[in-house]
Amino acid sequence: MALLKTSKIISAVGAHTPALGVLPFRASSWWTDVQMGPPDPILGVTEAFKRDTNPKKMNLGVGAYRDDQGKPYVLSCVRKAEAQIAAKSLDKEYLPIGGLGEFSKACAQLALGPDNEVLKSGRSITVQTISGTGSLRVGANFLSRFHTAVQDVYLPKPSWGNHTPIFRDAGMQLKAYTYYDPKTCGFDFKGALDDISKIPEKSVILLHACAHNPTGVDPRPEQWKEMASVIKKRNLLVFFDMAYQGFASGDIDRDAWAVRHFIEQGHNIVLSQSFAKNMGLYGERVGGFTIVCKDTEEAKRVESQLKILIRPIYSNPPMNGARIAATILNTPELYKEWLVEVKSMADRIIRMREMLVSNLKSEGSTHNWQHVIDQIGMFCFTGLKPDQVERLINEYSVYMTKDGRISMAGVTSGNVAYLAHAIHAVTK
Amino acid sequence: MSLFSDVPLAAPVAVFKLTADFREDKSPSKVNLGVGAYRTDDCQPWVLPVVRKVEKMIAGDDSLNHEYLPILGLPEFRSSASKIALGEDSPAIQEKRVGAVQCLGGTGALKIGAEFLRRWHNGNNNTKTPVYVSAPTWENHNGVFLNAGFEDIRPYKYWDAQKRGLDLSGFLGDLESAPEHSIFILHACAHNPTGTDPTQDEWKQIADVMKRRSLFPFFDSAYQGFASGNLEKDAWAIRFFVSQGFEIFCAQSFSKNFGLYNERVGNLTVVAKDEDNLNRVLSQLEKIVRITWSNPPSQGARLVAITLTTPDLFAEWKDNVKTMADRVLLMRAELKAKLLALGTPGTWDHITDQIGMFSFTGLNPKQVEYMVKEKHIYLMASGRINMCGLTTKNIDYVAESIHEAVTKVQ
Repeated sequence: MALLKTSKIISAVGAHTPALGVLPFRASSWWTDVQMGPPDPILGVTEAFKRDTNPKKMNLGVGAYRDDQGKPYVLSCVRKAEAQIAAKSLDKEYLPIGGLGEFSKACAQLALGPDNEVLKSGRSITVQTISGTGSLRVGANFLSRFHTAVQDVYLPKPSWGNHTPIFRDAGMQLKAYTYYDPKTCGFDFKGALDDISKIPEKSVILLHACAHNPTGVDPRPEQWKEMASVIKKRNLLVFFDMAYQGFASGDIDRDAWAVRHFIEQGHNIVLSQSFAKNMGLYGERVGGFTIVCKDTEEAKRVESQLKILIRPIYSNPPMNGARIAATILNTPELYKEWLVEVKSMADRIIRMREMLVSNLKSEGSTHNWQHVIDQIGMFCFTGLKPDQVERLINEYSVYMTKDGRISMAGVTSGNVAYLAHAIHAVTK
Repeated sequence: MSLFSDVPLAAPVAVFKLTADFREDKSPSKVNLGVGAYRTDDCQPWVLPVVRKVEKMIAGDDSLNHEYLPILGLPEFRSSASKIALGEDSPAIQEKRVGAVQCLGGTGALKIGAEFLRRWHNGNNNTKTPVYVSAPTWENHNGVFLNAGFEDIRPYKYWDAQKRGLDLSGFLGDLESAPEHSIFILHACAHNPTGTDPTQDEWKQIADVMKRRSLFPFFDSAYQGFASGNLEKDAWAIRFFVSQGFEIFCAQSFSKNFGLYNERVGNLTVVAKDEDNLNRVLSQLEKIVRITWSNPPSQGARLVAITLTTPDLFAEWKDNVKTMADRVLLMRAELKAKLLALGTPGTWDHITDQIGMFSFTGLNPKQVEYMVKEKHIYLMASGRINMCGLTTKNIDYVAESIHEAVTKVQ
């Protein structure tokens, strides 16, 4: 912590000397010592892509779904829901701090299943949040304030880049457990269990419910079962991040299987949900945060504290997206339509995976590309090395992050052959 | 044994509890003078006609989708919102030293600004820098700055209960004695909860001391246009400070003046010495946004941006805002007139001297309790009433009740 008159403070971004005394008014700025923030690596990819004039260029950094023409896709059920909502001429009064009740309820039901004992008994609390990030932030703040026994959060190696700074800023300590096996481009099950079995009691363990970001590598059901058992033995607090329900396999129940299994096994989990991808509501910021409690009395206490946390951040959440999501989830015909549309998005991704692999084979690649098909969700950890990624960018205008992660959403039937050609060229 | 066994039940936020109690009250004559939202003379929420119009435009535009906004928000919103605060011809804007962050309402703008200041103002992570808020102030100011990590939130004298006006000498005295680099939260206009604003001359005196003492001005502008009915007039203080060379933060809310409460439309305007400083500040603000909500919601920002940048829509909006401001002014005039006619003890000039949505009536807690329990008129324990809750239909009842409270309860 810096003190007012200390002469030098070494911070994470460099040395800095605070201003002392009253400086000539117009000559100086309050912000002279503010460092330029480091550029965002993913943004950097998009910037470079934009500048590229190659007509064959591909942006595989994008974390948003694209249709087979490479265009953003507004779901038909979303358009219908919007029309229904517009016809009602609703007012714009503040939502409660915890958000739109019909949304929170439906959000929890989607994750847990409508017949879930937890929902029937009323022993959980769900609040509407600013999409997945906002949900993680509220969750991290809550744990930091109330989970005082142990303030360590264990993330899988690797995890979504934003997990670390969110938890750190909330005051938690970051640790990791083995997850991805670069040799197989798959799940290091043994390594994960080994690490998890050594995690100190009461620590928080974060699990990606489905479609792991950035690897696309998910445990199989029997592996989840063993993990649930070990985690129970270690008495860890489970934090599920579910940003892709429905979007991963195309089946919302299948994608929520792990979450539901853990609850069945007696884990009182905390859960972040996002509707950015599965409803295409990215910019409307629709999400939920759920805590499964011991009983309704505890749920009431926890709810009251969540509100106290939320109020000084943004007071209450935005209506538009939550209203759209609630309308879809609570209107049978729209819900049915949504299930079909989310499956079609997932199916297109799966098809692109298969086409990429078959095209690589056609190109004559002798490498094992099975992981491209085995991985699930929007992202694929190709296994490409930084120098190969560099060549893809410079020689073929195929843009991805240095870790070899590609967004399958950026692949279309029109460009998959070119992509296979380029990947083969740099790996043969 | 649950991990959360020791989580205590938190007290509900007062202003929302008031509305909850009002909702449950079965009395046919009940009146809600609590929460700060505009109401028509029929006591209904009012969606601005221009808002309905633009909503339809957005809905009918097939080229629009729901993709992520940039982290700092919709560019057209940010720049047009800052122009509203600083003026179309603002030299600071021309000098490229004005930037902004689209945030979740005014609260979100205060939050992001507070997080930045805690990290970068007066050293690195100097949580001991005093943050001054007016006595009294919007109750969430304390929460926002405490939550951002500041340890020393102090009141500055503001409301003089005796004379029911601004305690200027107290205010200036606190400015003089504040440690250098302290942060002062200033209400740009329509002070919440007192409705009492400094005059232009008083603002000049305030600015003088702040300049001399190197104090940082953080404006909270939640009622621009709504206070006097005139956008320029309501932004005078902000523009004056900028013209005096101050670097400022200004948290803008479009909840009230656009009636967009639940779409959470806010803007943190930053005025820096020069473009270079501005860019570094924005880069750090971006990092804070990324770990708070990643990027802001698009609906409300689109709506405001389209309205502000389309001349006839902009004119229509100003007209809608004036409608709201005028109704409030009318209710103020009527309430004062009725209290005078009733011969209610005390002076009631403050009802019309005060400005904006709220009025600090001067009722004490016991009198407030009487109003709530006996008369089913809901107002804050501080004696704050929302003028928007008054209508031509209930104003007689409210005036009579105030009369009773003042004469019966001491």
